[in-house]
Amino acid sequence: MDPHFQHLYDILAHAQGYIFPNEIDLQWGILIVVYPFITGLVAGAFILASLERVFKVKILKPTYQIALLTALSFLLVATMPLISHLSQPQRAYEIMITPHSSSAMAIFGFVYLWYLAVVLLLEIWFDYRHSMVVWSNEKKGVMKWIYKILTLGVNDISPRTIHWDRKLGYIITIVGIPSAFILHGYVGFIFGSLKANPWWSSPLIPIIFLFSAMVSGIALVMLVYMIVSYLRKKAIDLNVLDAIGKYLFFILILDFTLESLDQIHRIYEAEESFEIIKLLVSGKLYLTLFVAQGLIGTIIPLITLVFLQFYKHKIKLQKTMYFIVSVLVLIGVYSMRWNVVIGGQLFSKSFSGFTSFKVGLIGLDGTLMAVFWLVLPIGILAFLLWLLPPWKMVKEED
Amino acid sequence: MSQSTSTMGNEKINTSRRKFLKTAVTLAGATIGYTWLKSSQILLFAAKPKDENLPWYGLVIDIQKCIGCGNCAKACKNENDVPIEPFFFRTWVEQYTVKNDGSVNIVSPNGGINGFEQTVPTEDIFKSFFVPKMCNHCSKSPCTQVCPVGATFESPEGVVLIDEKYCIGCRYCVQACPYGCRFIHPVKKVANKCTLCYHRLKKGLEPACMETCPTGARMYGNLRDKNSDLVKFLKEHTTLVLRPHLNTGSKLYYNGLSSEVR
Repeated sequence: MDPHFQHLYDILAHAQGYIFPNEIDLQWGILIVVYPFITGLVAGAFILASLERVFKVKILKPTYQIALLTALSFLLVATMPLISHLSQPQRAYEIMITPHSSSAMAIFGFVYLWYLAVVLLLEIWFDYRHSMVVWSNEKKGVMKWIYKILTLGVNDISPRTIHWDRKLGYIITIVGIPSAFILHGYVGFIFGSLKANPWWSSPLIPIIFLFSAMVSGIALVMLVYMIVSYLRKKAIDLNVLDAIGKYLFFILILDFTLESLDQIHRIYEAEESFEIIKLLVSGKLYLTLFVAQGLIGTIIPLITLVFLQFYKHKIKLQKTMYFIVSVLVLIGVYSMRWNVVIGGQLFSKSFSGFTSFKVGLIGLDGTLMAVFWLVLPIGILAFLLWLLPPWKMVKEED
Repeated sequence: MSQSTSTMGNEKINTSRRKFLKTAVTLAGATIGYTWLKSSQILLFAAKPKDENLPWYGLVIDIQKCIGCGNCAKACKNENDVPIEPFFFRTWVEQYTVKNDGSVNIVSPNGGINGFEQTVPTEDIFKSFFVPKMCNHCSKSPCTQVCPVGATFESPEGVVLIDEKYCIGCRYCVQACPYGCRFIHPVKKVANKCTLCYHRLKKGLEPACMETCPTGARMYGNLRDKNSDLVKFLKEHTTLVLRPHLNTGSKLYYNGLSSEVR
């Protein structure tokens, strides 16, 4: 028998209650969990970078370029899980050529390109242009040419031009903030606008996605900053961690409040889908929702972050705790994506039963593929940090 | 004199400025208005009958007539090259058994193709009935709305169809259908659903499920023709659509629909 059918027979045997016969197979698997997770990291990392730039939070300066390069590394991969989950990936370009104007999904390509080309690449280019010109003069051989190409031939490093670099970079950051909001709010809208699915259909979903994106992006930048400092054998600046930790705390609180509001609203309105959703969260989603997302990803980090605002004794312990908090928060946000994407498909639209989900290891939509799309951006980031090391940039006066 | 000249001068400036402002405001207003109208069209989604000469199809399923033989589901699979595995159905039959304690038992083994066996003891049964399901051919169909490339569309007769050569297999439509009527064809790797046997309709034949139904529980017809059997039926019976609160513009009307059915 076809292994896919065998897989479906196995699931059918585990279905509970009544599900429509076409609902046995989950349409969106682990790759679609990875997709909003990655996009969220991009938006969140960028927003943290913008904090430093637009609101002039000087203390965050060491993380500015790291945040931008992190955002770029993940953004470069963001569409890959989407494309690899398509049944007809070779037709993916159709979404750009003939987008269907009424589809919430159709505009993703354009939002993505806008963000990649207009916001991130331009901002990084303006930021690094001066340094790249200097590097292209200093280096020899291939590297000289690589930097030369990257400057796009704009070699003028007169104070006036550099002033313009900074001015334009600033304008792009300002344009970038709403763009980052749109990028991830929009990803939330793809789910939130589906009236057929009561677990998704909510005007709060885009906002929740946005705040959880910020939470995950900030945690990731904190983690990358610590790891990069460690690998470079440089001291991690505790003041930087404290500052990021403060932002993380406030946004995590907001995120938690919004998610709670969404759930309280559901419980109080108790619409026709209420019974099945109640069974869903207390059953199939119990571990990933209450334990992974709620306890590990939200409550423990919140308590730890409060503790770290007061505890100022052992520096090493504080750093370790920040490290653990950022990892826990990332686990929590990943679980949140899982709960939304997988959770929303586990119950039948007949509201009378559940299907089950088994992740395959191999194949285009298997776990290995998902892990690959999560690891690849880290490789890209390592490369970008090598190519464009923030710590070797030409210092500019403020 | 000089005063009047300056007044004249001012007037001249004022007139041209006023003219400019007027034009600017009109242009801006028109642009905003157009954008608003255009975007509200994008946000508001509904298919409308375009060609007055073509039929606008609707459907009726008479629950009281369905005996749960499953011939419809079987005929559909044969006619439309739907894989025989029990995970892919363009139409299927559900058996509802409302028990005396108020609980509801719903089953649809193999979509009802092999018939049904009542597993609930007779003394526990309050009532039992069959509900055939199929695409509702909604006029505000959520599946058509969400298709990112427009591979799903509504025919001029109001039949929701899929362009198999165009579908990218993103599965958004499967998620968007509140009735569970769509699936991904395991061989063709594109979205698949009931076409109301469009290929048969075009030849003047009935959809396969309707032709095979021994009790005439399924009907289709032209909603625009006030003398059609379908419209007459709708006039004489109290019918309901599934999930009316979702405002999908369903054109599949059920006669004798019980409140347990979703």
